[in-house]
Amino acid sequence: MNNADIAWMLVATALVLLMTPALALFYGGLVRSKNSLNTMMMSFASLGFVGVGWALVGYSLAFGPGNLWLGDLSRAMLRGVGLEPSGSIPHLLFAAFQCTFAIITVALISGAIVERMRFGPYLAFLTLWGIFVYAPLAHWVWGGGWLAKLGILDFAGGTVVHVNAAAAALVAALVLGPRKDFARQAILPHNVPFTLLGAGLLWFGWFGFNAGSALGANASAALAFCNTMLAPAATLVVWILLDLSRTGRATAVGAATGIVVGLVAVTPAAGYVSPLSAILLGAVAAFPSYFALLWRARTRLDDSLDVVAAHGLGGTVGALLTGVLAERAWNGGAAAGALFGEPRRVLVQAAGVVAAIAFSAGGTFAILKLVGLFAPLRAGVREEGLGLDVTQHGEEGYTRGEGAILVLPDPAPAGVGLPAPLSAESGSA
Amino acid sequence: MKLVVAIVRPEKLGEVLESLYRAEVRGLTIHRVQGHGGEMERVETYRGTTVKMDLSDKVRLEIGVSDHFVEPTVKAILDSARTGDVGDGKIFVLPVEKVYRIRTAEEDQAAVTPVS
Repeated sequence: MNNADIAWMLVATALVLLMTPALALFYGGLVRSKNSLNTMMMSFASLGFVGVGWALVGYSLAFGPGNLWLGDLSRAMLRGVGLEPSGSIPHLLFAAFQCTFAIITVALISGAIVERMRFGPYLAFLTLWGIFVYAPLAHWVWGGGWLAKLGILDFAGGTVVHVNAAAAALVAALVLGPRKDFARQAILPHNVPFTLLGAGLLWFGWFGFNAGSALGANASAALAFCNTMLAPAATLVVWILLDLSRTGRATAVGAATGIVVGLVAVTPAAGYVSPLSAILLGAVAAFPSYFALLWRARTRLDDSLDVVAAHGLGGTVGALLTGVLAERAWNGGAAAGALFGEPRRVLVQAAGVVAAIAFSAGGTFAILKLVGLFAPLRAGVREEGLGLDVTQHGEEGYTRGEGAILVLPDPAPAGVGLPAPLSAESGSA
Repeated sequence: MKLVVAIVRPEKLGEVLESLYRAEVRGLTIHRVQGHGGEMERVETYRGTTVKMDLSDKVRLEIGVSDHFVEPTVKAILDSARTGDVGDGKIFVLPVEKVYRIRTAEEDQAAVTPVS
């Protein structure tokens, strides 16, 4: 084992974990204030439910030996996952690092179903999805599954995380149906500064996501780190220029979105392409997502926070361009893309994207229908009108306290918990 | 002239405005207010603190109209603001002594007639 590698992976794991609260801010700012807490809780809940699910079975299904399609239960309950080396870091640290990926992936889906899904069924959905959709796909690509054998290039999860989450988001939005106000009333972001802060923190955490995927403090991590800096920068530039040329105004929500699209696109490529290729990749990735966002808003598809346009298209463009731009000179001889002598790469990348979409869509549909058998997925029309913060959580994001009457515990134990009587002496000590 | 004062649910405001627009009612003022109209109380909990929310968020609209516009205005609000549950709000129609349009110093009837 190597202490430098361990130190970097400890930090990287914490950075990736921070991305989920960052996503909560990003999504939370984009919804109406009456749903702000519910939207943020959809991400925060993943920290708990997917985290525990990962330790109990998810990790084993993803990274247990198993076969080409699925791991096995040999690592269930983290059995045999201890301090022995996995590569140059402790096995347990590798499992923790991968855990943070499962958490953020599930949280990403919530953007398509905000402002209308009941919280209980959502918890059931996210727990099951983390185990039965995320873990198998992670096994295919990273756990020695069939896509790995085919030679797919997915440095940090363009396919496993982003295309996967976007396909699930599309299916979930279709199964739940649009919000009652969708396309009838203007539904505006309630706190754009939250969204900008979330985008900034996502970028920060993404250095752990991409550079951490090198699994060590090495040259590959340095390349992934720089590419994670450059690609979103290029996407941001193109996004702002597109905004300016189309309407004459550069929007803040657009800037936040552009950053995320660039981060998504560079994810599969981070450790495989040159820095200049990363800039090109980030710039190209802006176009499909930008125009898909404009188009989607005119359809009846209520993918509320545009998970498909940002993560689905960004992830697909990134995956395909990884197969074009990968350079042996930069990735230690691991792989070359179509531009550098291996045109077959692009086909493998495309196969990976298609397989991820098909598997994720089918799995998501099955899980939602299963959960729907036990409890209705949708909040009622009245609950939707009142907002999910009050109806699902019994709290509000922004209380004023006027008209709030304190409910005292009954009966109060004598002399305990009662406020001290106000008198002239109080505070004189 | 009359002043129509309506208190409605905030989540119904969009529909009310649309309905008023269709009824060709132009020119109104809204306030965000809180009030109690006999609806069920809401219980919220913040850590160990449990509170009953006695006041609900409402929107108060004020619309100055000429006499023959009172009925369409009231009807538009009744049609759009109703959910059937306690807490749908109230509409008050008040007499108005005098109206001025500040821009032109027009008075009364002329002051509440929309510029066309």
